[in-house]
Amino acid sequence: MKGGLRQSMAWLHTWVGLLLGWLLFLVFCTGTASYFQDEITRWMQPEVHGLRDVTRGAEGAIAYLQKHAANAEQWTIQLPGHRAVATTAFWKEKGETFANWRDHEFLVDGEGHKVEARDTLGGWRLYRMHFDLYYVPVLWARWAVGLAAMFMLVAIISGVITHKKIFADFFTLRFGKGQRSWLDGHNLSAVLALPFHLMITYTGLVTLASMYMPWGIAAAYEKPTQYYADAFGTADTPARSGHAVPLAPIGGMIEQARAAWHGADPGNIFIPVPGDANAVVKITRGTDEGMDTRGETLTFDAATGAMQARPPARGPARATESVMVGLHAGRYAPLLLRWFYFLCGLAGTAMVATGLVLWTSKRRQALPDPARPYFGFRLVERLNIATIAGLPFGMACYFLANRLLPTGVVDRPGWETHSLFIGWGAVALVACLRRPVKRAWVETLSVAAAGFFAVPIVDMMTTDRGLFVSLWHGDLVFASFDLLMFAFAALLAYGAWKVHNRKEAVRVRRKKEAIA
Amino acid sequence: MPRSASTGAPPTRLAAALDVAARTLVAAVGGYAAAALNAAGLARWLPMPRVEAVMTGMLASFAVFALVAICAFAAARAGRVAFWTSAYCVPLALALYLAKHGGVA
Repeated sequence: MKGGLRQSMAWLHTWVGLLLGWLLFLVFCTGTASYFQDEITRWMQPEVHGLRDVTRGAEGAIAYLQKHAANAEQWTIQLPGHRAVATTAFWKEKGETFANWRDHEFLVDGEGHKVEARDTLGGWRLYRMHFDLYYVPVLWARWAVGLAAMFMLVAIISGVITHKKIFADFFTLRFGKGQRSWLDGHNLSAVLALPFHLMITYTGLVTLASMYMPWGIAAAYEKPTQYYADAFGTADTPARSGHAVPLAPIGGMIEQARAAWHGADPGNIFIPVPGDANAVVKITRGTDEGMDTRGETLTFDAATGAMQARPPARGPARATESVMVGLHAGRYAPLLLRWFYFLCGLAGTAMVATGLVLWTSKRRQALPDPARPYFGFRLVERLNIATIAGLPFGMACYFLANRLLPTGVVDRPGWETHSLFIGWGAVALVACLRRPVKRAWVETLSVAAAGFFAVPIVDMMTTDRGLFVSLWHGDLVFASFDLLMFAFAALLAYGAWKVHNRKEAVRVRRKKEAIA
Repeated sequence: MPRSASTGAPPTRLAAALDVAARTLVAAVGGYAAAALNAAGLARWLPMPRVEAVMTGMLASFAVFALVAICAFAAARAGRVAFWTSAYCVPLALALYLAKHGGVA
């Protein structure tokens, strides 16, 4: 293309980045939040108290299932990871599909007691939005996100080639210089976390590889189901014998599993045809127990509690895949590394946001009439405001709805999510209608800041686990969540204030230049 | 966008648009085809258990895609990348077809 490699890569980077930038902003925002998925869920279920205890959680869940779902087709118990407290369990009646799972779902705390908590999907909703989006069929969403990820991979590589002096950019951040500052900000957030961005994009594609790239399966297997059985183990349901046999104690099976895994905790228990003589108990290692996130599944005879033969060890390719998915999701990460993941995610969000703003900032001087930009320019300008200020406000609304919606509302988790999009839509409307652009930025960023500021305040007014109580009791999860909300409010308010003062800065500089 | 290699005359808007469209087509379709066929070839012929071979092909496929996409925009002419991508894809597709349906290997 024109002017050699660097120019053509710059062109590619600009347009690929712009086209998928808004979607990538959503993917980065929700993905970054998902590193604290368990903590968000805990904050959104303030009724759950106490500490995590995997064995008592499992025993409590089984006791409840035996009492209320003795004839169910299958039982599933999702045990809490190291950063969670509650066990989630559900059963499936005959003829139901997995889509019905929330019809028979309940929570058990670390004492083994069933908890009546507000109905919410917590951090899990944001995690799913990261690749399933919302209001669109899941398959379309995953293809759209995959396309964005592929574009991002190309944008990163072309971005690196475009760079003249990648090392110098590491140390360069010039404030108050208009377009140059946006470029510095874009470079800094991109270059500083470049290994993370490259890793997260490639491993993100790997998490859904069998959907994006199924051709190897078609070439080597007659049926895809055979491949999935080879790769991830079968979930065959044993046939019912018709003889009822009670379940052996689950605690003993968990102990055997722990011994087999050198102390690692189980994360999931699956019991098909419970109560039958043919029933088995399938215990899968917790996803947060190692960098290889796909834990082994052990099978036990439900009647005797004896462990069956272990599955053969994974080959190197599947082990690599498991580690790549683990690196992406970061479930293994201890606290310090988790914060680092979170900061890298924020850097990615900033990279996308500054890149989007840079597109307009770079073209503004070149406009034939700066007061009346062409349609495409106005569209990008408004979409940038709608996305960059709108989505954060939507997320604040999601948290606020969790505290403000009455507990009896039908489809409460659904309305929490609708609140996110209602809030986002309202800001998007302001972003499109308010003139001039500067005013739209100031107002939307202020609204978003107010939204985050309101979250800990509303929490304080509606629950007994407000910021001061949490700090007093040393409840770091709740206190950190509330403080982080204040931090985001401050960040967005700072942004609004900067935009508000921008014109003055330019005028002052012009005056200085005139004097000089 | 394209440099008119022979005459050196400034490119027209239409020529530029066509050039970008051609490159995009080569990057998207050619890139995906090369990645998919590469994954299928590795899955079929890598000397390891087939589940491992399938997984290896999948893990490598996105790098193949990115390589073709970058080349499609980096090369002087889109046609050149289209040629080399086809030169890789067509024989591979043929061999895979024969292996699967023709009873060979």
